[in-house]
Amino acid sequence: MPDLLIELFSEEIPARMQGKAAADLKKMVTDGLVEAGLTYASAGAFSTPRRLVLSVEELTAESKPVREERKGPRTDAPAAALEGFLRSTGLTKDQLEIRDDKKAQVYFAVVEKPGRKAEDIVAEVLEGAIRTFPWPKSMRWGAGSLRWVRPLHSILCLMVDEGGARVVPVDVDGIVSGNTTEGHRFMGAGRFAVASFDDYRVKLARAKVMLDPAEREAQIWQEATNMAFAAGLEVVEDRGLLAEVAGLVEWPVVLMGQIGEEFMGLPPEVLQTSMKEHQKFFSVRNPKTGRIERFVTVANIEAADGGAAILKGNQKVLRARLSDARFFWENDLRVAKGGMGEWAEGLRAVTFHNKLGSQAERIARIAALAREIAPLVGADADMAGKAAEVAKLDLRSGMVGEFAELQGVMGRYYALEAGMPAAVADACRDHYSPLGPSDAVPVEPVSVAVALADKIDTLTGFWAIDEKPTGSKDPFALRRAALGVIRLVLVNGVRGSLLQLMDAPMRRAKSAAFPERDANPELRELDDRVATVQLVEFFHDRLKVFLRDQGIRHDVIDACLAMPGNDDLTLLVKRAQALQSFLSSDDGTNLLQGFKRANNILTQAEAKDGVEYSFGADPKFAESDEERALFNALDVAEQAIGPAMKAEDFAAAMGAMAQLRAPIDAFFTAVQINTDNAVVRRNRLNLLHRIRAICAGVADLRQVEG
Amino acid sequence: MADTATLPRSFQEIILRLQSYWGAKGCAVLQPYDMEVGAGTFHPATTLRALGSKPWAAAYVQPSRRPTDGRYGENPNRLQHYYQYQVIIKPSPPDLQELYLGSLRAIGLDPMLHDIRFVEDDWESPTLGAWGLGWEVWCDGMEVSQFTYFQQVGGHDCRPVSGELTYGLERLAMYVLGIDHVMEMPFNDPAAPIPLKYGDIFRQTEEEYSRHNFDGATTEMLFQHFKDAEAECERLLSFDAVDPKTGKRIVMAHPAYDQCIKASHLFNLLDARGVISVTERQAYIGRVRALAKKCADAFVTTEAGGALGGAAA
Repeated sequence: MPDLLIELFSEEIPARMQGKAAADLKKMVTDGLVEAGLTYASAGAFSTPRRLVLSVEELTAESKPVREERKGPRTDAPAAALEGFLRSTGLTKDQLEIRDDKKAQVYFAVVEKPGRKAEDIVAEVLEGAIRTFPWPKSMRWGAGSLRWVRPLHSILCLMVDEGGARVVPVDVDGIVSGNTTEGHRFMGAGRFAVASFDDYRVKLARAKVMLDPAEREAQIWQEATNMAFAAGLEVVEDRGLLAEVAGLVEWPVVLMGQIGEEFMGLPPEVLQTSMKEHQKFFSVRNPKTGRIERFVTVANIEAADGGAAILKGNQKVLRARLSDARFFWENDLRVAKGGMGEWAEGLRAVTFHNKLGSQAERIARIAALAREIAPLVGADADMAGKAAEVAKLDLRSGMVGEFAELQGVMGRYYALEAGMPAAVADACRDHYSPLGPSDAVPVEPVSVAVALADKIDTLTGFWAIDEKPTGSKDPFALRRAALGVIRLVLVNGVRGSLLQLMDAPMRRAKSAAFPERDANPELRELDDRVATVQLVEFFHDRLKVFLRDQGIRHDVIDACLAMPGNDDLTLLVKRAQALQSFLSSDDGTNLLQGFKRANNILTQAEAKDGVEYSFGADPKFAESDEERALFNALDVAEQAIGPAMKAEDFAAAMGAMAQLRAPIDAFFTAVQINTDNAVVRRNRLNLLHRIRAICAGVADLRQVEG
Repeated sequence: MADTATLPRSFQEIILRLQSYWGAKGCAVLQPYDMEVGAGTFHPATTLRALGSKPWAAAYVQPSRRPTDGRYGENPNRLQHYYQYQVIIKPSPPDLQELYLGSLRAIGLDPMLHDIRFVEDDWESPTLGAWGLGWEVWCDGMEVSQFTYFQQVGGHDCRPVSGELTYGLERLAMYVLGIDHVMEMPFNDPAAPIPLKYGDIFRQTEEEYSRHNFDGATTEMLFQHFKDAEAECERLLSFDAVDPKTGKRIVMAHPAYDQCIKASHLFNLLDARGVISVTERQAYIGRVRALAKKCADAFVTTEAGGALGGAAA
């Protein structure tokens, strides 16, 4: 069985696109081959900055012939029907067969599709893949109209079997397939022919191209760590950077360089960010001091001088970059030591959003809110207010102007420099967190207060001006902000009504954005209420997504969301967790069945009779022991559940509910609800109502599936 | 052609070697455009000539002004007035990368000794309504050029596609010559009877223009001039295509585009004076882009713009 080798050789493919492009090539081609009736044993895709490569092993040499039969119209059908059938099959009348079918004679079309050679299928599939390749961004070049990520130069397409290698002829807008490729841009020696995947790989390596990105990554990492180790240092791990750098070279040459002593005073985060963002350098750290002392860069060439000129050049560039950084740092320290007033003043002139005012106004709102939130999270209100006032001042600093990703980190350094307490400085750094579902959540009370205030201000603000997320669009990252609030509340066990918490900021934001509405207080009241309630619903949606990821069933969440106090997220989640674990016990599932049965009978009766059976059942009308036992059990359960719910001990409340399972089961077995005796029937329905009422106090079990 | 076996010794020698290299490769070696522009791309030889079907190949130095980058001549790398070297070839030849690498060899950067890399960088000019895909070219970790395949200019699809190369000359030369502060860079041959450094020529002007850009320029006047340039651009394009005096079809695409360039530079000055707020910024950029688009629309109806016989498309 033949093997297939494809190489698409182009100008430099952006590093971030290479991995997905290789995977796409593999999927598009192998899917196409299989769809056309071929099979294969295995396939592997690779990428370098200049090539996408696919190797398919043991492809079937041709597809099987296919016989297709289609039933057409009866022989006595109108001519138009026959014409239509001929058109759709592409046959002529004398090519059709006539067969007996039940009582009539019917035309049949029998189409025999012969097997196709793999070469033909490969050529067709490859051309299709090239023409419809899903690059995130593609371009035209020269005078042509073909699109590729950068100009495509050559196509290598080979079928290899015992008889040798054959070029599969493909011609895409004048780019004709062949059996040759070239090696490294500078260290390779012209084009060469290949005869198989193994041959290709060996010859590429000889021409200084390491085909497999995983191999390049491993090589870079190993050499970098070895060099660092030999100097008593360690490389700061960065998987994203490693993948990117491996996508920038075909032949990695690792070099370690020095950072000037004059830059050792810069915070390690600054060194690391500057080197990574601008130069794609790895940081090399002294494990004893935590200082970043050297860098590792990865070149794409084995230079004759052992890389001396390259290293010298890189060090020079780094010196210029770090001089900039040091200039910012020193300027910033001067402002910080002076109390950062200059930055606070500067933020007055910076617009946050044209309907939500300046950054300074935003900070004032967050500070007011942080004071309100402080008691809920055990923080000192003055401290939280102060922290909120300074937390964003670093946005005006030179360093954050240069490296936006250092916001907060720099804030902490500058706050300490300004003589602020550690809790305030930490809040500067931590109040942006959590940024994603796996980012660490602040737990220090002042940080928690500022982090919550920041996010709630963003949410209420954009909600007030109707900039809500729609579909995949969420330009102000409100979903992330809501998830941040959820995680802050849950991790820190924050208690309180979200509705109440957001009410005041929502009113303030609405009035600020739409002052004209103050003329109509009634409408304003309604407007505020609706906005806040919608925002709470938005929170519930985010919470559902979050809890589902934590393994809590959606119907369990709905059952708890239907309960009062559902805007106290800590309480809500506690209830949901208890309910989920209750429902996974035998008692829980059986009680659920009992509840559903009771609820169904009751609901039907209520619909039929047009009344609600909530008059209170009287034990004196009980006729059987099972009925009396249920009365007793409900009394007992009620006495236990009431205090447990008051103490928010959901597990205990549900445990008490579980005790009802046996009496309910026995009751339904022994007792007929709909008896002829109207008084007894009514009493029993009222008894069922007690079951429903007791359960409803814990969670809305009607929402639970099963 | 200049002697490339030796390393260049001055800023001007690097420029001369580039001129000679690209001239030898068949480019028309043009002179700078005689107006204040922010980058070599603004030269009509690039912006307008990238449009339409006619083949084109040009190379030139373009003095460029970025008022906000002024540092009173003190920063080793930043200038409010600097030089770009610009190459534009339409359609982009298949060996453009090789041609480019040849130009680096010509100025003394040997790719066997230095680490030359093509790193993704998609170019976009919001003021020109233009974008393209390409790279920034790194030499030993430093960006030395921008390499772009134009896809759109002035809102028009580029067919054929132009390849554009832009070299930041000061930075590139400082690297080749091993200079740490731009003002210390030899402008002419250090062995010349009167050796001149970059600073001898530009230190004082950097000071003067920094003061002018940040504090001196009269903002009311600049605002007015912006409006005037905008109105004049639109007015010039509103004329009937046929000139009543000569009876010929004469569309004033280039004079109108001059006004667009003016508006762009005035906006940059206003930006440096700090009188344009964040929200206004976008609006001003949009106004310049609207002018650039109208000029492009007009240019493609002309002969140079590829319209047959100069008739309207």
